[in-house]
Amino acid sequence: MSQSPAASIDPAGLTVRLSDARLGARGTIVDVRAESGAQSVGVVELQRRLLEFGFVEGARIELIHEGAIGHDPIAVKLDDMRIALRRADAADILIALDPA
Amino acid sequence: MSDLALSPARVALVGNPNSGKTALFNALTGARQKVANYAGVTVERKEGVVTTASGRTLNILDLPGTYSLRARSPDEVVTRDAVLGQLTGEAAPDIVVCVADATNLRLVLRLALELKAVGRPMVLALNMYDIAQRQGLKIDLEGLSREIGAPIVTTVATRRRGIDDLVAQVEAVVASGALGTTNSWQEPDAAAIRKAHAEAQRLVRTYVRPPEHPDTWTGKIDSVLLHPVGGMVVLLALLFVMFQAVFTWATPLMDGIEAVFVALGTWVGAGVSNSLLRSLISDGLIAGVGGVLVFLPQILILFLFILALEDLGYMARAAFLMDKIMGGAGLHGRAFIPLLSSFACAIPGIMATRVIDSRQDRLTTILVAPLMTCSARIPVYTLIISAFIPRTTVWGLFSLQGLVMFGLYASGIVSALLVSLVIRKIFWRSAVEPFLMELPTYKLPDPSNLARNLALRGMIFIKRAGKIILPLMILIWALSTFPYAPVGATRPAIEYSFAGMIGHFIQPLLAPIGFNWQMAIALVPGMAAREVAVAALGTVYAVGDADNVGTLARTLADHWSLATGLSFLAWYVFAPQCAPTLGVVKRETNSWKWPAIMFTYMTALAYLAAFTVYHVALALGGG
Repeated sequence: MSQSPAASIDPAGLTVRLSDARLGARGTIVDVRAESGAQSVGVVELQRRLLEFGFVEGARIELIHEGAIGHDPIAVKLDDMRIALRRADAADILIALDPA
Repeated sequence: MSDLALSPARVALVGNPNSGKTALFNALTGARQKVANYAGVTVERKEGVVTTASGRTLNILDLPGTYSLRARSPDEVVTRDAVLGQLTGEAAPDIVVCVADATNLRLVLRLALELKAVGRPMVLALNMYDIAQRQGLKIDLEGLSREIGAPIVTTVATRRRGIDDLVAQVEAVVASGALGTTNSWQEPDAAAIRKAHAEAQRLVRTYVRPPEHPDTWTGKIDSVLLHPVGGMVVLLALLFVMFQAVFTWATPLMDGIEAVFVALGTWVGAGVSNSLLRSLISDGLIAGVGGVLVFLPQILILFLFILALEDLGYMARAAFLMDKIMGGAGLHGRAFIPLLSSFACAIPGIMATRVIDSRQDRLTTILVAPLMTCSARIPVYTLIISAFIPRTTVWGLFSLQGLVMFGLYASGIVSALLVSLVIRKIFWRSAVEPFLMELPTYKLPDPSNLARNLALRGMIFIKRAGKIILPLMILIWALSTFPYAPVGATRPAIEYSFAGMIGHFIQPLLAPIGFNWQMAIALVPGMAAREVAVAALGTVYAVGDADNVGTLARTLADHWSLATGLSFLAWYVFAPQCAPTLGVVKRETNSWKWPAIMFTYMTALAYLAAFTVYHVALALGGG
C-alpha cells in the first residue's frame, strides 16, 4: 500500500498500522484516520464504523488471533471486547506498541 | 386515579446484538407474542404483550439489535425509524427500554446516550447481571442512573429474574406521565462519536469497578476454536455432525409425516365422491401441504444447531474462520449461515440473508443459495444414482455411488462460489462491505429460550412457505390434471394434460441434452418441488408403485441411456426446479427482477452443464 507523506509512521517502528501488526502485538490506539475505505463504503463511513465499534484513541488493543490464509482476518481484544475485522479495513488504526 | 382503564403503552426494546435482548423479550412476553413483517420491508417485526400489576397493557416491540442509531442495514434502519417514530404504520414508542449486557457496558452506554438524545423516556435494563456479579464486577447503579437520567433495573432474562421489577419500573415511568423532551438526535460524525465514547468511558471509569475474576474461558476456548488449523478442524467436524443429524435423525420423522399425509389423503379421498374434487383435495392440497411439512424435521434440526451455536457465541467464530474463503468468492463472512441453511432448503436460507448489511452482498447470497444441494434434490439424486451408477467400490475404499453423490454436493458448492465470484467481479465491482464483527463472550445456551426461538423459526417457515407453496401446488395440479384423457386412452392421463402439452412442446429444446418427452413432462410438476419429479416420472412411466424407488430405477435404466441419466443429474444440480424458492426471492427482494434473473442464470447453467455431460458421456460410449 503506498502511503502519503502525512501517513508515514515513525521510523523507530513503535507505531504501526493495525493492518501491519503481528500476532501478539499489544499497545494503545493513538489515531483513527479517515484515509482508506475508498473501495468499500467510503473513507468517512469506514472511520465512523471503526469508531463506533470502540476503536478510539486511547483504547487498549491486542492482536489475539489471525486467519490461516494470509494471516487474515484478525481478531483483536479491544479494551474488554473482542472484535474480528479484515486487515484491509484496519489500515486507518494506528497503534503505539508497548515497549518490549 | 381515575376509573378509566389505564391506557396501553408502547415499549420499544433496543440494545446491542448479543445483549440478551431477545431472551429478555421472551421472558417479558412469554407466549404472548406475534411475528410479522414491517410494512414494505422484509424486516421481522416481533411484538408481545405484558399486563402490569395495575392492569395496564404494555405492547412490547423487540427491535433489531444495533450498535448505533446511525443505521447501516435494513434491520438497523427499522430500529432507528421506530425509535424516532418515523416508521410508516408504526406509532412512536412511549418509552424505550435500552437492554445492556452488564458485563460489557461501554458500547451500550454510547447507544444509551444516543437514545437519551432522542428524548423519549428510557429505562436501562442491565441484563446478564448474574454473570457480572459472579465476575465481581461492581456497578454503582444509583450514580449511573442519576448521571444518565434514567432508572436502572438489573435482570437475568434466562432465569426470569428482575422481570417484574422491569415491568414495574416501566409502568412507573409511564404512569408518571413523563413525556420526554424534544428530539435532539442527529447522525453523529466522527467527532461526535469520539465525544460520546469519551463520555461512555468516563461513566464506566466512575461507576463501574472492573471485575475481580474476569471471564477467562472465552480466551481459552478461542485459542482452540480460532486456531488457524485446529479451528478449521473443529468447524468441519461440527458441520459433519450437523449434516449427519439433519439427514439421519430427521428420516424417521419425515417418513412419519409422509405416512400421515398419505393416509390422510386416502382417508379424505374415500369420503369425497366427486372424483375431481377428490383429486384436488388429496393430490393437490393434502399432497401439497405434506410436501412442505416433510422438510420441517430437517429444517428444525438444522435451526436447532444454528440457534444453539448462535446463542453459544460460536457463529461469529464460524464467520471469522470462513471469511477468507467466502471473501475470496466475493461473499461476506455472514453469508456462511444462510448458505449453510440452504443445504436443508433454500427457503430458510434466503430468509436468513437478512443479517447481511449490504444490499449487494445480500442479493449475491440470495442468488447463489439455491445452488447449495437442498434435501429435495436427494430423492432425485438417489433415484438416478441407483439406476445408473453401479454398486462398485473404487480404490478398494469408496463406493462409487457415494462418490457420485459427493461430487454432486461439491459441484453445488463450487458453482455457488464461482457464480458469486462472477457476480462480484464482473457485475458489481464496486463496494466491498467491511467485515467488522463482535466476537461475543461464550455463554451456555438457555434451553427454554432455545426452544421458543426454534418454535418461532418453524412457524415462520410453515407460514411463509405455505402461503407460496399452496397456490403453486394447486396450479401445478391443474396443469397436470386438465384436460382429461380422452375416453379409451391407452397412455397415462398426464400425457393429455397441459403438463403433457408443455412437455411435448419443450422437448425439442431439451433433445440436445438427451431428454425424452417423458422427462420433459416430469419437469413441469417438478417445478413444485424438486423431489416431485420422482413421483412425476413414476406417473409418466406408469409405474404403479411409484414410491418403490427400486422399480422405478429399473424402469429408468431400461428406458434411458447412461448419458441421459447423467445429463439429468447435471440438470438437477443447477436447474431452478423449485417455484417456491422463486416466490420467496420475490417476497424478500420485493421485485420480480431477482427471481427472473435467478431463473434465467440457473436454467442457462443447467442447460450448459447437462449438454456438456450428455455429449461427453456419448463420446465416451455412454449412449
